[in-house]
Amino acid sequence: MIRIGLKMLFGDRGKYVMLISGITFSTLLMAQGMALFCGLMTWTYSSLRNMRAPIWVTDPKVEQCNDSKPMRDTDITRVRSVDGIAWAVPLYQGISMAKLADGSAKMITLIGLDNDTLIGAPTKIIAGRLEDLRMPNTVVLDDLGVERLSEGRERPIGIGDIFEINDREARVVAICKSYRSFTGGPFVFTTYDRAILYAPNQRKMLSFILVAPQPGLSDEALARRIAERTGLGAFTHDEFKWSTVMWYVRNTGIPINIGTIVIIGFIIGAAISGQTFYSFILENTRHFAALRAMGASSGELSAMILSQALIVGVIGYGTGLGLVSFLGNNLLRLGKVPFLMLWQITAIVGAAVMIIVAISAVIGIVRIARLEPAIVFR
Amino acid sequence: MSTLGINVQSVDKSFGRGDARTVVLKKTGFVAETGHLTMLIGPSGCGKTTLLSIIAGTLHADGGIIEVLGQRLDQMRGNAIAKFRARNLGFIFQQFNLIPTLSATENVSVPLVIQGLSSTRAERKAREVLEWVGLSDHADFLPAKMSGGQQQRVAIARALVHEPPIILCDEPTSSLDSENGRHVMDLLRQAATQRECLVLVVSHDNRTYRFADHMAEMEDGQIFRTLKTKDEIRTHHPPGV
Ligand SMILES: Nc1ncnc2c1ncn2[C@@H]1O[C@H](COP(=O)(O)OP(=O)(O)OP(=O)(O)O)[C@@H](O)[C@H]1O
Ligand SMILES: [Mg+2]
Repeated sequence: MIRIGLKMLFGDRGKYVMLISGITFSTLLMAQGMALFCGLMTWTYSSLRNMRAPIWVTDPKVEQCNDSKPMRDTDITRVRSVDGIAWAVPLYQGISMAKLADGSAKMITLIGLDNDTLIGAPTKIIAGRLEDLRMPNTVVLDDLGVERLSEGRERPIGIGDIFEINDREARVVAICKSYRSFTGGPFVFTTYDRAILYAPNQRKMLSFILVAPQPGLSDEALARRIAERTGLGAFTHDEFKWSTVMWYVRNTGIPINIGTIVIIGFIIGAAISGQTFYSFILENTRHFAALRAMGASSGELSAMILSQALIVGVIGYGTGLGLVSFLGNNLLRLGKVPFLMLWQITAIVGAAVMIIVAISAVIGIVRIARLEPAIVFR
Repeated sequence: MSTLGINVQSVDKSFGRGDARTVVLKKTGFVAETGHLTMLIGPSGCGKTTLLSIIAGTLHADGGIIEVLGQRLDQMRGNAIAKFRARNLGFIFQQFNLIPTLSATENVSVPLVIQGLSSTRAERKAREVLEWVGLSDHADFLPAKMSGGQQQRVAIARALVHEPPIILCDEPTSSLDSENGRHVMDLLRQAATQRECLVLVVSHDNRTYRFADHMAEMEDGQIFRTLKTKDEIRTHHPPGV
């Protein structure tokens, strides 16, 4: 019976293609939207990914890692006095302007690492040496920085080249890879003391204190202890990540905008496939009635309709996901658009498609259940 | 009278309510026997299709006794009737009602598939019956690639494939030319005589009357005359008129 049902469906090329396209398009829109959202959210905490520390200590009012309310330099001593600490080092993070060869300026995220340990330094150096950061007036540039700061130069900026940060000379000693930030500015790494020289004069410069616990002590336990003893904010890596993401969810229009795309995707999918499936059922009413007259039970006809809807859903979903990952892996990555495909997204979109399929099938089943098989004789 | 066969007594059926109510069958009685081709004739709108649908169990009567193959259809419920139909009835419709996306063989195999046979076995049986109706060389054709007469023969094969004791036909020849109509009626007669079926044919078409063994004449929802022999039929409905 199910085979017969599928043949009925496959034979109706126009409707079949239409149904699949509807689901495909819907899958594409929903998955794309969600992947865009997740990708964008990973950009919000790229500082955490780049500087990798088990615990981040902040001003107590700080909720997210792109917003640094500077602390006093003495705070670091207070943190170090909390027991259970393996190390605690200062980190400067701030927005600065880099001047290009042609005189124009570009925004950068300036990072000042602990002078002695360079904790939080990039791990993927693609050219030059990180250690050279100990020489005067030196910086490490990420690859996005190379791209941005090379504008107006004859050849791309490289090791040994000089540019200006707030009118002070900066010599590139290494190029690294880094995770892209939400603000879009490239990361420029230097030492803490030099960052203070580069940065526009502020009274307090200590953005974050990076901390690690001694062996045997959990990140959470130490973070709680630091917060309690010092009155500062203290987050584990994961806590800070989620706090940052949730801050962007609450304080920006991103969830609403992307949520709208996802909902539109769902509605379009439901409308196209529900509508097409319904007209498929209507057009085949005579044949369903004939099957009914020939003794097929309502259960069998329902199974037939359900399998028709299901197969369309599965094929459309598969095609849609395929397209999304193709787009994500190629076009979007070239255009530097955020994109993060999680298995949760495929599951949520899969569930949404199943709902669409179920709605379509139920409409069909109700229609057929109301059928008077006697109409075959008319 | 044989209890096998069709035995309908004082069946009522009306459609609609209030002013829109039309009474179609009024205490109608009707009998048909196995091994014969019984023809049900009468003017348009007199209730032939309604009576046929009630016998098929696809339409509920308002009252009366409907006994088919010794079973009281009027006392059976939905799925039991569906099962009964799947096993005992073959259908031939005026508009063929073949599924356009299935080949002839697949269409013919449908009643067997409904009964739960595997498609391989069902299609093997279907090919045999297609051969019987003279269409073995069209077994893999889609309905759209066949003439009306060929399609109706596929429909006959479909009605016979599960060897039901009863075959119900509503105007099986009315969308066919006389050549094809004769061929179809020949096959239906053979089904009655060779295969010992009860064949009930609703017809408008006086060219088909000579194929009838028995004839029930209907008017205004009543069977007003039953002709039991070929002679009687020929007397009341002389051929060529
Ligand atoms: N579902 C229905 N609802 C309302 N009226 C109906 C319905 N089915 C049939 N009728 C009416 O019942 C009457 C008998 O219809 P039926 O189809 O049984 O006639 P028939 O003898 O088969 O006619 P024909 O030779 O034209 O096929 C007609 O007046 C028709 O309008
Ligand atoms: Mg009729």
